[in-house]
Amino acid sequence: MSVDIQTVKRVARLAHIAVTDEDAERMSGELNTILGFVEQLNEVDVSGVEPMTSVIPMEMKKRRDEVTDGNKAADIVANAPATEENFFLVPKVVE
Amino acid sequence: MTELTKLTIAEARDMLTARELTSAELTDAYLAAIDSANASFNAYVTVTHDKARDMAKASDARLAKGEGGALEGIPLGIKDLFATEGVHTQACSHVLDGFKPRYESTVTANLWADGAVMLGKLNMDEFAMGSSNETSYYGAVINPWRAKGSNADLVPGGSSGGSAAAVSAWLCAAATATDTGGSIRQPAAFTGTVGIKPTYGRCSRWGIAAFASSLDQAGPITRDVRDAAIMLKSMASVDDKDTTSVDRAVPDYEAAIGQSIKGMRVGIPKEYRVDGMPPEIEALWQKGIAWLKDAGAEIVDISLPHTKYALPAYYIVAPAEASSNLARYDGVRYGLRVPGKDITDQYEKTRAAGFGREVQRRIMIGTYVLSAGYYDAYYLQAQKVRTLIKKDFEDVFAAGVDVILTPATPSAAFGVADQDMAADPVKMYLNDIFTVTVNMAGLPGIAVPAGLDGNGLPLGLQLIGRPFDEETLFRSGAVIEKAAGRFEPQKWW
Repeated sequence: MSVDIQTVKRVARLAHIAVTDEDAERMSGELNTILGFVEQLNEVDVSGVEPMTSVIPMEMKKRRDEVTDGNKAADIVANAPATEENFFLVPKVVE
Repeated sequence: MTELTKLTIAEARDMLTARELTSAELTDAYLAAIDSANASFNAYVTVTHDKARDMAKASDARLAKGEGGALEGIPLGIKDLFATEGVHTQACSHVLDGFKPRYESTVTANLWADGAVMLGKLNMDEFAMGSSNETSYYGAVINPWRAKGSNADLVPGGSSGGSAAAVSAWLCAAATATDTGGSIRQPAAFTGTVGIKPTYGRCSRWGIAAFASSLDQAGPITRDVRDAAIMLKSMASVDDKDTTSVDRAVPDYEAAIGQSIKGMRVGIPKEYRVDGMPPEIEALWQKGIAWLKDAGAEIVDISLPHTKYALPAYYIVAPAEASSNLARYDGVRYGLRVPGKDITDQYEKTRAAGFGREVQRRIMIGTYVLSAGYYDAYYLQAQKVRTLIKKDFEDVFAAGVDVILTPATPSAAFGVADQDMAADPVKMYLNDIFTVTVNMAGLPGIAVPAGLDGNGLPLGLQLIGRPFDEETLFRSGAVIEKAAGRFEPQKWW
């Protein structure tokens, strides 16, 4: 499977990364090198093998469904590039 | 004053407790060392002078009352990946410009609760993605070690390169670090320091910027094995804020130092003898085998047949998880924002400007392998191979092996801006060939300095243990350290 420039651009859109034609060209080479390297996994016989979901066997921790934290809106927006009255500001998304 | 910075944690702890030394004196000695030498290494990206002095003063007050904690008054460096309240926390990425969290990571909170003093934040590869510390937005870190008769700058390894360089150059008593594929053990090996990646689930990941959540673990880089045991005891905890934190009491790791390894079964995996491995690494490995044998261990040849597939499987699993974890950096809630004509344009421009090349490359790989039509071929296949890698280890442990001895890295530290590695990302990835298996299987692994190569550069050996059996690593690591001695760079700065 070889990744062409069109595929790089499609993946970049999915990843929300702006790429120039020059970036896409360079990335296609790099991605193909890495995908070429991982190709060897296909030679492993995995029939009947379960995919790993948890590296250390453990039961998912649960807690009571209670509010234990909050009332810190000012802390939450403190690092945002643009805010107003404890809301995050973004460019208009609905006409 | 310069000698104070050469003390181990254990030595400084004894002097502080005996009131022969104050934390203020020790902290000032480190701050002076950082102020005069950091420009040579670029190990710290922020130095917290005032906070360090305040914390030292508070430690001295507690020590005077005989109330000191396990790390009371000990000055530490903190990898920039750990959230530290009100202090620079940017994973050494441009995308987190100006981020100062309003919360503290669990690991650092544990250290401060035990009385440690923060000197500042340490340089690292951007989002912990790299093996040379050259992907940092803040520039490369320089290794305190140089080859004999050479002035060429060497890398300290990565991603915890700032941590390893700072410990090796006496700019902190010890440092926090993190390890996703070798990021504690490889830089430790490159700088003649000790680094342990504990079992997955031993240290809370809460408040550590996530790279690959199923692989990331925090651990210390220290001057010697005993200090690693002291640090890990404080860093590890059971934490409800991390659902993968394992509910298991933290043992007194230091008690394992000096215990006999008589009768311990040490496995030597044949698959770690890779093509093109320098003869010096093989010789070092043989020395390690001899030291453990002399101390009464039984040496057993073992096989871990899926070893060669660990690195390719890692380069699917880690980027896949990273592409998901790093989706949050979008210029809305924190960090850099590059305005665009609409919100999508703003996301795309922010992320293109904010992430460096290596991070972009891994997000792209991760997005590709998770995209429609490729998930089964790549991600599912890699997770199945991961099950087999883990089973290899389970089988040898079930057969009675207590610990596995391997080289830590396939080479000594290499030059800054190495042309071969810059041209081929896979060449850089091969640095982690001996360490990445351990992350894939969730096991604990320690790198201990074991000798110098022909150029006078440090080389390390790695010990791999059963899940949650860090004590066996400290026990056997201390035996190697005792036989090999400790290694210090020649001061050129």
